[in-house]
Amino acid sequence: MSDIALSEQMISIPERAIAVRKGGARDTRFHLLTLAAALVVLGIFFGVLAALVVGSLPAIHQFGLGFAYSEVWKPVTEKFGALAPIYGTLVTSVIAMLVAVPVGIGIAIFLTEICPRSLRRPVGIAIELLAGIPSIIYGLVGFFVFAPWFQEHVQTWIVDSLVDVPYLQDLFAGPPYGIGMFTASLILSIMILPFIAAVTRDVFETVPSMLKEAAYGLGCTTWEVMWRVVLPFARTGVVGGAMLALGRALGETMAVTFVIGNDHHIHESLFAPATTISASIANEFTEATGDLYRASLVELGLILFFITFLVLAAALLMLRMLERRAGRAA
Amino acid sequence: MKKNNGLIRRRKVWNVFFLLMSVAAALFGIGWLGFILGELLVKGVAGLSPDVFTKVTMAPNENGGLANAILGSAIMSGLAVAVGTPIGLLAGTYLAEYGRHSRLAGLIRFVNDILLSTPSILTGLFIYVAIVVPMGGFSGWAGAAVLAVIVIPVVVRTTENMLLLVPNGLREAAAALGAPRSSVIRAVTWRAARAGIVTGVLLAVARISGETAPLLFTAFGNWNMSHDLGQPMESLPHIIYSFANSAYDDWHALAWAGALLITAAVLTLSIVARLLQPKRS
Repeated sequence: MSDIALSEQMISIPERAIAVRKGGARDTRFHLLTLAAALVVLGIFFGVLAALVVGSLPAIHQFGLGFAYSEVWKPVTEKFGALAPIYGTLVTSVIAMLVAVPVGIGIAIFLTEICPRSLRRPVGIAIELLAGIPSIIYGLVGFFVFAPWFQEHVQTWIVDSLVDVPYLQDLFAGPPYGIGMFTASLILSIMILPFIAAVTRDVFETVPSMLKEAAYGLGCTTWEVMWRVVLPFARTGVVGGAMLALGRALGETMAVTFVIGNDHHIHESLFAPATTISASIANEFTEATGDLYRASLVELGLILFFITFLVLAAALLMLRMLERRAGRAA
Repeated sequence: MKKNNGLIRRRKVWNVFFLLMSVAAALFGIGWLGFILGELLVKGVAGLSPDVFTKVTMAPNENGGLANAILGSAIMSGLAVAVGTPIGLLAGTYLAEYGRHSRLAGLIRFVNDILLSTPSILTGLFIYVAIVVPMGGFSGWAGAAVLAVIVIPVVVRTTENMLLLVPNGLREAAAALGAPRSSVIRAVTWRAARAGIVTGVLLAVARISGETAPLLFTAFGNWNMSHDLGQPMESLPHIIYSFANSAYDDWHALAWAGALLITAAVLTLSIVARLLQPKRS
């Protein structure tokens, strides 16, 4: 395209005016083209929303609001309720976050403070590669390798040692299947760990070194600098990143589908099989016979869409606030 | 004074404790990566054979392969990238060049970031309602469409980020030479951001090559060697899913071989993308 700029110097003035006008028309066309592409993005979003609403209309008509708090899931009699999948989705995600947030922050602290400079890049890349592994691989490894190991070596031991502890004995009870809510949560936590670690590291790096140096100068230990200076400063970003990860955990499908056991009953024990919204859809959609069954699964999807939308929107707003603050500071 | 020493010792002990915990956290993360890759290598290599690439899927104990799945994955991913990349590139260009501070651009940016993290199974339901039902059945078109819908937000995000890294001086210099804005964008900013944009496309390919959930009820599966996009089409992730759920050892071996292939492709793509990526200043 640089030849345009060159040749324009050599042509006469009327020709040049035509060229400029042509350029202007081409400019408008290109502008509109990019605008149209941008509108496609908007279209996809509203398309997803519209498709989920349209697809779930039969179920909405049939069950109304009761769909959200009924635990029944009987394809044979065509009675459907979303409570068990909603419960499973929320509980697995919360447990995954309880594991992944502290570990992710720990990795970020390691990467920014402890790790020798020469190891920083390789370790950072290794953690990010963990994020790139497709979720079906996590499902496969979880199902064939982790679950049997967990069943044999950890689950029985936990059940036995908690047998006299109030509350906990009910949470970790029952036959050790290997698969179940708890295994799914653990696999999920490994999946979201890299997101949390990466975002937290990035936010930690925005903390002005002057602040840290001042704290060190006052005699703080490394841990005190991280806990009382860096973390409070980076709070918005860390919470935003964690919520972004939560959004992923809520909708994660394949890794969970393999190891959760697909059971539409709510059990008190975390070791019992359960289901999540996305696992139900993945497991049952192609085999669902009857419009009402399919519509109920789509309505599950609609509920998941709303839940993840709220979480992601909150996360994005927090991260955007942070960006604006960083922009002002710079 | 004595009390003070105790306090200092306690602070130091806590310090060492928490720093050790964070080292443990890092080892935990790396350990998982090693564990997953190790299992994949051991089990995947055991399942690899020339048959994997040359034969189609067959009934258990008939020594089938994954050729139809590899072909299907390649066709659908290729089509998705061919459709998704230009749309994503242009939309990202709008956000970075024309829209930059407008309200519409703000909205689109927000929606795009939401789409980036929207569960892919929901995109699958969208294409099911929008394409599979009207077309009357599962098809390769629907599979390619759902993957394209996943590609677009990834390309939009990286394109915008990379274009914003291009210094304004370059744009101004080109404009001062009399180049119309569209030429400035195509000849100068795109070219300056080329490496970054390619990175985005590679990341998008990496992302879709492992996508399973949305393909379950769009492309479905097909045991024949088929390049007919109007028919159901097999894909590697789908065959891994269905074979892993079976009870046959040779199918499990094929599932592991497929998993190794996908992971190798994804990791290669992400490493190449990282090498291409311009360094953050």
